[in-house]
This record gives sequence, structure tokens and C-alpha cells, in this order.
Amino acid sequence: MALKFPIFMDAQSTTPVDPRVLAAMIPYFTEKFGHPASRNHPFDWEAEGAVDSAREKIARLIGARDPKEVVFTSGGTESINLALKGVAEMYKEKGNHIVTTVIEQRAGLDVCKRLERQGFAVTYVPVQADGLVDVARIREAITDKTILISVMFANNEVGTIQDVAAIGKLAKEKGILFHTDATQAVGKIPVDVEAMGVDLLSCTAHLVYGPKGVGALYVRRKGPRVRLAPMMDGGGHERGMRSGTLPVPLIVGFGRAAELCMEGMVEEGKRLAALRDRLQDAILSKVEDAYLNGHPERRLPQNLNVSFAYVEGESVLMGVNKETALSSGSACTSATLEPSYVIAALGASTELAHSSIRFSLHRFTTQEEVDYVTQRMIEVIKRLRDMSPLYELAKEGVDIKSIQWKAE
Amino acid sequence: MAYSEKVVDHYNNPRNVGSFAKETPGVGTGLVGAPECGDVMKLQIRVNVETGVIEDAKFKTFGCGSAIASSSLATEWLKGKSVDEAAKIKNTDIVNELKLPPVKIHCSVLAEDAIKAALTDYREKHASAPAGTTAR
Repeated sequence: MALKFPIFMDAQSTTPVDPRVLAAMIPYFTEKFGHPASRNHPFDWEAEGAVDSAREKIARLIGARDPKEVVFTSGGTESINLALKGVAEMYKEKGNHIVTTVIEQRAGLDVCKRLERQGFAVTYVPVQADGLVDVARIREAITDKTILISVMFANNEVGTIQDVAAIGKLAKEKGILFHTDATQAVGKIPVDVEAMGVDLLSCTAHLVYGPKGVGALYVRRKGPRVRLAPMMDGGGHERGMRSGTLPVPLIVGFGRAAELCMEGMVEEGKRLAALRDRLQDAILSKVEDAYLNGHPERRLPQNLNVSFAYVEGESVLMGVNKETALSSGSACTSATLEPSYVIAALGASTELAHSSIRFSLHRFTTQEEVDYVTQRMIEVIKRLRDMSPLYELAKEGVDIKSIQWKAE
Repeated sequence: MAYSEKVVDHYNNPRNVGSFAKETPGVGTGLVGAPECGDVMKLQIRVNVETGVIEDAKFKTFGCGSAIASSSLATEWLKGKSVDEAAKIKNTDIVNELKLPPVKIHCSVLAEDAIKAALTDYREKHASAPAGTTAR
């Protein structure tokens, strides 16, 4: 098959809408445009039915017992905000302590920082070099004031999959609520809120070939019944947890996307893991001083994150971005001008955080694309190393860490 | 972020990549930045010790495209200038020429630092050599 450019390999940032998802959405813009919460006439009933059907599909994908446990939001960030702030507000009489990790998404970390300013105490548990959280460290962090444990299911940068079931078990044992940010995991690997003891789960449509602008928060109704203080006041939609007219076309798309993920997950996971392994093996064997970031096995099938010593990430992207879309943990590509805190949290040197490149494959990635990207990476890394003073020093046998650098 | 045409050109066709042996007479070396900051520039000048004119310049840079472009441009500008004239190159000149956005201004600052460091190194090694008064 002929290659089509540009090649998209940044699917942990977002994914294209699957044409089958788009087809399902279209009638809900122009013909079936009723208000799903009004229930006055057939337009509304039709919209309500479509939302209910989507809710069921998403519930099935995450193993929820009751579709009512799925609360629609505008996306992952809102779900995380609602989970953390909603629990903090509702349970503050019970305690003021939250346990989370240092590698959560920005939304999780930033909500925790805000809660700290409001008087909550937060423990940020570190991760091991492979990105895994030691469940024993979470146990140690728990106090009699702990009301919530929030640990991401799988990391957005390095793909490391946490032992969610063990954390869920610990949370049940201690009678503490457990939230997991599963935006990267849902639809890609098996997620089961019942089997894994999850009380709250955040997910989003645009990472599973659905539209941007819609997400969901799973809120357990039984054993225990989780209550949340809403952030949005209004018509009391979504069991009073999230007021606002539901974006029916987006929700229909999310539902169809969930259904497609459910149908193809096992096969697609195997296919992506094989392609990823092909990419990884080729790059690590052909490029010297390239280091895999994250856990070699407990990892999302579509994820590969590699640090290429002596070259800076943004310059790598610039070398390929006309024909290949990748992402980097380099400071230059982040809004905050800080290098990836995730790579840094794994204990890598800051320099290697600047040099990290994430390849994330998707449903439409082909082997030809993988082979092309491999070849381009080899060329670009060589070209940039030929102009890197750090590479020159390393080749001369100078230990870069022995130099007294004068930082700006 | 979109890059200016000039940054893209310098990135794709960097001028004067390479190194001089540090101990060669007339060579001044500047090594600035830090790996943990994501930017390191090595900039070298080779000065005619009789006339004080910079005859050649080379660079190697670890950094983003704008850092590579800033140092590449700096080597172009250095060639043919006297040591004194070279000291007058300002980071703002680089910003204007490459149309660097605000978040990339530090790249131009680093390039100016690299020029200054190379000149200082040259002067320390060649205290008695002329600084040069005119360009070619």
C-alpha cells in the first residue's frame, strides 16, 4: 500500500474520528435534534433514547453494572475535576487527605494543588524507574483523614499500566474512595470497574476515535454509593452531578466509538503491540544510546517512548514533522516550558527528558508507516548528533556530567 | 508552533557546522548553556592573528530548531568581522532576522553568550594580538 503523508503517530494526544462514528453522529445534528432532558415530544424522546443507548455502551466498555453510573462531561479534564473536587467538597467532614501520584495528568495534579490551597492535604506518591507505583507506598501514605485515592490507569507519556485492581482492593479494605484517570486505557485494554474496585473513573471520547468535547465520569452507585458535590448548578441533569444540556451528537459518537472499541479490542491490541514492538526493536537496535522509557511489559499496546541521548526533542520533531506527527517531552513543546515531569519522575536525567520522543500508534497505523518512521528517525537522529556538541564530547570520552555547565 | 522560513532554512541547511581543534592558534571557543536546560551551544571562531579579523566560524548545537538557527546565523555573521565588531552583535539582531517568537528569545540570548564566550577565549589566548579595526 502506498504511504499517505503526513503519517499520524501521536494518537495518545488525540485520535481521528472513525468514519463509522461520524456516520452515527450526523443525523443527530440536523434531524434528530431534540432535547434529551425535556421529554415533551417525539424529538426529545428520540434524543433521550440515543443518549441512553450511548450510556449503555460506555457502561459495558468499562464494566459498570448500571448505565446510570455513567455521567457525561465535556471530556477527561472535566471528569477529573468533578471527581476530585466533587469528592473533596462532599466528604470534607470525614477527612481532608488525598493520595495521588507524581505522574498524573496535569488536570489531576492541578486540581490537587488547588485543593491544597483550600486546606486539603495531598500526598504525591513517587513512581519506580519503570513508571509503576508501588502499592505499598500508597498504603503507607494513607492516614485516618484520607478520603480519596486517585491513581491514573495508564500513563499518557510512557504508557505504564498501574496495578489498578490492587489499589482498588486496598481502597476497599480501608474504606476510602478510589478514582482512576483512565483516559488512556479505556477502549485500549480491558477495564472493569467492578472487578477492579474502582469507585470513580474518568474517560474521554477523542482518544477512542470519538469526537472532541465529550467525556464521562463513572460514579459508583452501590457498594459504596458515591456522592459528589456538583461544580455546575442548573437543571440537575446527570443525576444532579453535571447540569447542562447534553451534546447529543457527541454522546452518540462516544457511544458508537465505545462499541467499536469493545468489538475489536483484543485483536486491535495484539496488532498494535506487534507494530509497536517492530518499531521499538528496529529503533533500539539501530540507534545507539537510545533508551526505552516506561515499563517494558506493563504498557499500553500503542505506546513507545524513547529518549535519544545528545539530541533535543523539538529539533527531532522539526526534522520529521513535514511527514510524521510525533510528540516530545522536551520543554520546547510544552506550554509550561518545563521538560516532561513524567520522564523526570522515572529518575532519568533532565537532559534525557528533553530528548524523549513518544510514538503512539492507532487503529489506522500500518506496517509501512512504522517502517518509514523507523528509517526517518535513524536519519534525523544521525544528522542532529552530527551537529550536537554533547555527542562530540561523549565521543571524545568526556563525561558530560563532569562539566561545570553555566545555566542561564 | 509554526517556524519562520529563515529558521526552517537554517535548520535544514545549517551553515558552518563543525569544530576547529581548540588549540589551533587564532581559535576561540565558547561553550554555553546546559544539557538539563535543553540547550548547549559550542561556537568557535578562527581569527587571523595578524589582522584580528574572523576568517572562519563553526558551531555545534544541542537544542531546538530555533537554537540551531540562532547559532548557524551567528557563525554567518561572524565571518569577516573584526573581533571588536563581533562583540557588538546583539541577541535582538538575531531575534529580528529569524523572527523568533517570545518563547524562543532565550535561544538568541544563548547565541550572543556563545559569541562573547568565544571572543573572551580568543582574547585570553592571544592577549597581544590586534583586535582588528576594519572588516574586509
